[in-house]
Amino acid sequence: MKISESGLIGQSVARTDIIDKVTGCAVFVDDIQFGPNLLHSRLVRSPHPHALIKKIDTSKALALDGVRAVVTGQELSARMGLYLIDRPIFAADRVRYYGEPVAGVVATTEEIAVQAARLVEIEYQPLPAIYDPVEAVQPEAPLLHPDLGEYSVANFIFPEPGTNISEHFKIRKGDIESAWEQCAVVAEDRFRLPSIEHVPLETHTSIALSETNGEVTLWASSQSPFAMRDMIAQGLGIPHNKLRVIAPMVGGGFGGKAGVTMEACAVVMAQAVPGHPVKLRLTREEEFVGTSVRQSLVSDIKVGCDKDGNLLAMELTYYFGGGAYNDYGVNIARAAGYSCTGPYDVPNVKADSLCVYTNYPVGSAMRGFGMPEIHWGLEQIMDQLAEKVDLDPAEFRRLNCVRTDDEIVSGMKMTPINLEACIDKVTEAIDWGKEEKPTAPNKKRGKGIAIMWKAPAMPPNPGSAAVVRFNEDATVNVEIGGQELGQGSFTVAAQIAADVLGVPYRKVTVSSPIDTKYSPYEWQTVASRLTWSMGNAVKAAAEDARKQILETVADHWDEDVDDLTIKDGLVISFKSEREQPLDKMVIYGLPNEDFEGWKGGPVVGRGHFMPTYVTNLDPETGQGTRAVVHYTVGAQAVDLEVDLDTGQIDVLKIASVYDVGRAINPDLIMTQIEGGAVHGMSSAYESLKFNENGEPINPSFVDYRIATIADIPGKIIGDFVETPIEDGPWGARGVGEHVMVQTAPAIANALYNAVGIRFSDLPLSADKIYLALDEKLAQER
Amino acid sequence: MAHHMISLLVNGQKEKLLVPSNLTLLHVLRDMLGLTGTKNGCEAGECGACTVLLDGEPVNSCMVLAPELDGREVITVEGLAKDGQLTPLQEAFAELSAVQCGYCTPGMLMSATALLRRKPHPTQQDVQEALVGNLCRCTGYQRIIDAVMVASRTGGAE
Repeated sequence: MKISESGLIGQSVARTDIIDKVTGCAVFVDDIQFGPNLLHSRLVRSPHPHALIKKIDTSKALALDGVRAVVTGQELSARMGLYLIDRPIFAADRVRYYGEPVAGVVATTEEIAVQAARLVEIEYQPLPAIYDPVEAVQPEAPLLHPDLGEYSVANFIFPEPGTNISEHFKIRKGDIESAWEQCAVVAEDRFRLPSIEHVPLETHTSIALSETNGEVTLWASSQSPFAMRDMIAQGLGIPHNKLRVIAPMVGGGFGGKAGVTMEACAVVMAQAVPGHPVKLRLTREEEFVGTSVRQSLVSDIKVGCDKDGNLLAMELTYYFGGGAYNDYGVNIARAAGYSCTGPYDVPNVKADSLCVYTNYPVGSAMRGFGMPEIHWGLEQIMDQLAEKVDLDPAEFRRLNCVRTDDEIVSGMKMTPINLEACIDKVTEAIDWGKEEKPTAPNKKRGKGIAIMWKAPAMPPNPGSAAVVRFNEDATVNVEIGGQELGQGSFTVAAQIAADVLGVPYRKVTVSSPIDTKYSPYEWQTVASRLTWSMGNAVKAAAEDARKQILETVADHWDEDVDDLTIKDGLVISFKSEREQPLDKMVIYGLPNEDFEGWKGGPVVGRGHFMPTYVTNLDPETGQGTRAVVHYTVGAQAVDLEVDLDTGQIDVLKIASVYDVGRAINPDLIMTQIEGGAVHGMSSAYESLKFNENGEPINPSFVDYRIATIADIPGKIIGDFVETPIEDGPWGARGVGEHVMVQTAPAIANALYNAVGIRFSDLPLSADKIYLALDEKLAQER
Repeated sequence: MAHHMISLLVNGQKEKLLVPSNLTLLHVLRDMLGLTGTKNGCEAGECGACTVLLDGEPVNSCMVLAPELDGREVITVEGLAKDGQLTPLQEAFAELSAVQCGYCTPGMLMSATALLRRKPHPTQQDVQEALVGNLCRCTGYQRIIDAVMVASRTGGAE
């Protein structure tokens, strides 16, 4: 592995965006001013979870003063999707969830748009709805997508037309039947996890402008401006170069702003009023009701080991509640399928991972993409099995966890990791094995551990591109299509470019906002893939620029390129000890002797990265040479106490350690670890609740509580280990999502340790815990 | 809709505005004065992203009607730094990287500024109580607490 050029790699340099963000200068999409030409809009949403649309009458809405247009799905048959093209922009003939957009109203003010939305008259014929993914796969279940067989689909997704199954991923590995016979101990259970919301502080907001010449500009809060352009361009038949997506700072994403949510609705409304920008800003209530959610999951898990605790067999069925449209969610079930065992070495596996249509909001990407969902059950069943075979849970994990070069569940050879080191660090951090006293007599204290793995879940070949451009004074602009969501991707891009170019970090600016008209391509800012993939592209672009500079100077001095380097903005020769400042020469080049002509010219480096080594998996066995690019692994351990009078959990400590490959910016890793621990803890208590009509009943911050500053753990002890991978910059891989994947089961395991009750269903609400404690007490009496 | 003429001080500048009765302070700042540092997170007084100081007290600007502002003083996040000089609190937020996406940050800064003016040397619990109405989904809050504590040692709110 080539070492860092300037020693910047591994340093916790300050965030590039920090001053803008503490002074109120950072620009988010709703902050852009459009002047008096701006129109406002509101969506008309379905009041039914499942119904046929019989008739839409827009005449009353159109008659209201100030209304400029009303659009519906009636005149628009377009569908969109990332992996499965199943989602209309506005519902055409049928609605499939409460809150689905049916029409859009454009007006001169927001108030008028709200009024007019109420005047759109829609006649529905209600259909039976289905909410539970296990019930939805039964033959008698109402069918949500009778046309499933006609939808376009990626070649690695396997829908089952005639059912509600949008994806069925299978693992058939080893000989499961005979393996059960060899098991000394078996544990079996069903686990349930509800849908939760991403809850970014900034709600989804878009402004679309359709010019009279048909060119469209879309300003959006987006994790994936390029994927958004691609999906909308395809859906609406706009050439890619005529659809421009501009994406400024994102006020929290967590997967909720990946792909397309409501942005296509804004474009369609804008096309009805050419020349006027149209703003669509979701209210907080709409953010809960009308955007994508983390999919629900029912997992049936059976696992067995020999008398010494070695895992032998695992049988799994995952029923992902994918909601009404699974265009993105199908790949969550697939990712959960090829990683179905969790970070364990299990020789015999039978697994079926299903994405299932239900009449709930659209299930989609959320921080961890299938992994928090499956680890909720996996990490508890491992404790159950460890207990049965009389092994300490941490010891059981050390014994069975996946190691470098193991043949893992998909048949792939495990990429370099050190999970045992993560386990060692977290157990040490919370004094694992030491019994501690609760802080009050009405409390019980317990400790729990959980480990995880996750691979970037993507198509096999998502690309990243970067351009590094010098200015006259030798400052640098780095151009990327990756997005800054708060995770620090711009900082990492600047740091990598500065290191390779040998210029001070402060002289590097990342060009923003991301603009598909000017920014180089990036697939999406998802899957914790930017430090790795975009990092590789930026490194390549900077190396390209560096090469151009050194070749020009070497030629000028008549020296060998290998004898030169760049340090603090100076080209230096080790041989002749000559120096050449970069300013001026990076644009104007250098003169020949006596100014007899010039050499060099404006330095622009380009680089790209695309993984070329991911292979197909057999559709019947899920086996293949390389299912994914690599895995990140980690461990968390929790020390908590429970108030027996209220059922309230108080997390005293969370230790959280991940193998990051190589830490490009250690402090940014720590910010992810800290934020992720609290996000993970919060997720253990969260649940989007619905009434019998499929209507979310807690769509506000009062009724859907997220962790506040008063709820944080007593202490978060974060750390990382570094086992470099071959395909990342300096060996680095992602860690942004992983940091919350196993927090909920770690808490559940600690809870079991404290009170001896296993909670197989999330959320871990205080009332549920209190009632279970009460029941246990009654039984003991 | 009835309109009202109001005079107020915003970040030290005198403003005279004709406002409709139902307009909130949040929209006065963002839409009439172009002060977009104050963020809209819920318009229901539940997330704290739009917190500003009204006569020195932290308020959710989405919950204050414009006609109430006549004769009063508003400070927003844009009014903290003077002549490009960050306040010790802003410095501490930057130094400790107490920011990720940054959407909650202006509200956090305003609530914490009010706390430090009221109580220059708060305890961690004081900070948690003062900021409990400011939601953040990214940072996990600890660095925000630490930043306020650091600022209380390096010069407080000003």
